Amino acid sequence: MVNQNTKNKVFLLNRRLVAKKILAARSDILLVTGLGSTTWDFAATKDRDLTFPLWGAMGSATPIGLGIAISKKDRHVVVITGDGEMLMGIGALATVGIIKPKNLSICIFDNGHYGETGMQKTATSYKCDLALTAKGLGINNAGSISTNRQLHEQIPEIVRGPGPLLRVIKVKAESLPFVLPPKDGVKLKNRFQAALL
Amino acid sequence: MKNWAKDIFCALKRANVLQIAYVPDAGHKWLISACESDSAIVSIPVTTEEEGVAVLAGAWLGGQRGAMLMQSSGVGNCINMFSLITECKFPFACFVTMRGQWNEFNPWQRPMGKNAGKLLKTMGFSVNTVSHATKVGAKSEEMLHQAFTSDTAAALLLHQRLTPRKTFGE
Repeated sequence: MVNQNTKNKVFLLNRRLVAKKILAARSDILLVTGLGSTTWDFAATKDRDLTFPLWGAMGSATPIGLGIAISKKDRHVVVITGDGEMLMGIGALATVGIIKPKNLSICIFDNGHYGETGMQKTATSYKCDLALTAKGLGINNAGSISTNRQLHEQIPEIVRGPGPLLRVIKVKAESLPFVLPPKDGVKLKNRFQAALL
Repeated sequence: MKNWAKDIFCALKRANVLQIAYVPDAGHKWLISACESDSAIVSIPVTTEEEGVAVLAGAWLGGQRGAMLMQSSGVGNCINMFSLITECKFPFACFVTMRGQWNEFNPWQRPMGKNAGKLLKTMGFSVNTVSHATKVGAKSEEMLHQAFTSDTAAALLLHQRLTPRKTFGE
């Protein structure tokens, strides 16, 4: 039964290349990365002060991005997280759907698996469609990206808005070498604020 | 009866709190409504309390002060999310209306009514309880000051005797 549900799912893009392209498109975005692969993906691209990489607090990436977006309306905030991390805090999409911040984009690197814990399947390997979920929760500008062409076409909107928008980016399920950002939470908080405020 | 919620609202305004995350709660009804009516405050109705913890961490990263309104049951929902607050030393202030303490009709509220304060302390919070309406204002100012000037997590527990009795129609 499980195999039948998963056979038509497409997970193709290279997550580290997607990360590189997003940062290359706009260097001044305020970035929040979720536990854990998306945090390593962006550390592999560049360790930067205006990235707040999460080492824990699973499910918090989107609401942290929301809080920043409300505080700093003149800057664009991009949350990049995985399908598992998003599912753990899925209610935050309903809250984003209420507040509707114009300066918030959410990208879900969806590989259909919990990559940090042994590649167990997430709900997106079954029937769950996170773009459809986002629409149902009030984020009208939501969709999926599964080819490089779609990615190139949509990156300008991701990094500039207007938000709120959500893109599910289908990436390969692969275990890549760890590239770790600093893990001292106080340092990560202070350097983000020092660079921003 | 003195409107203690108004004293909290004044303390929030004086402390320049600009984001309020809340989970709907009968005890905080007046305060939620006052925050929603204030044009300077963004009120954020989160779907679970742990989401509010994360929103307020983001608020601080972006340069604004926030506070959280919740019920004792919500404390239980937040435990792992508090690691974000304590590990990064985010200032955090929450006003917790207590259930399961006094004249409680619903026994399912008792476990968190009994343990919310203990759990907050275990997670590293400064915890204060207020039982008299006349003391709410001063205790609120004290908590907000402590949270924002020394980057600490603080909670003010509002005793159930301050809030209306819920009787489920009986």
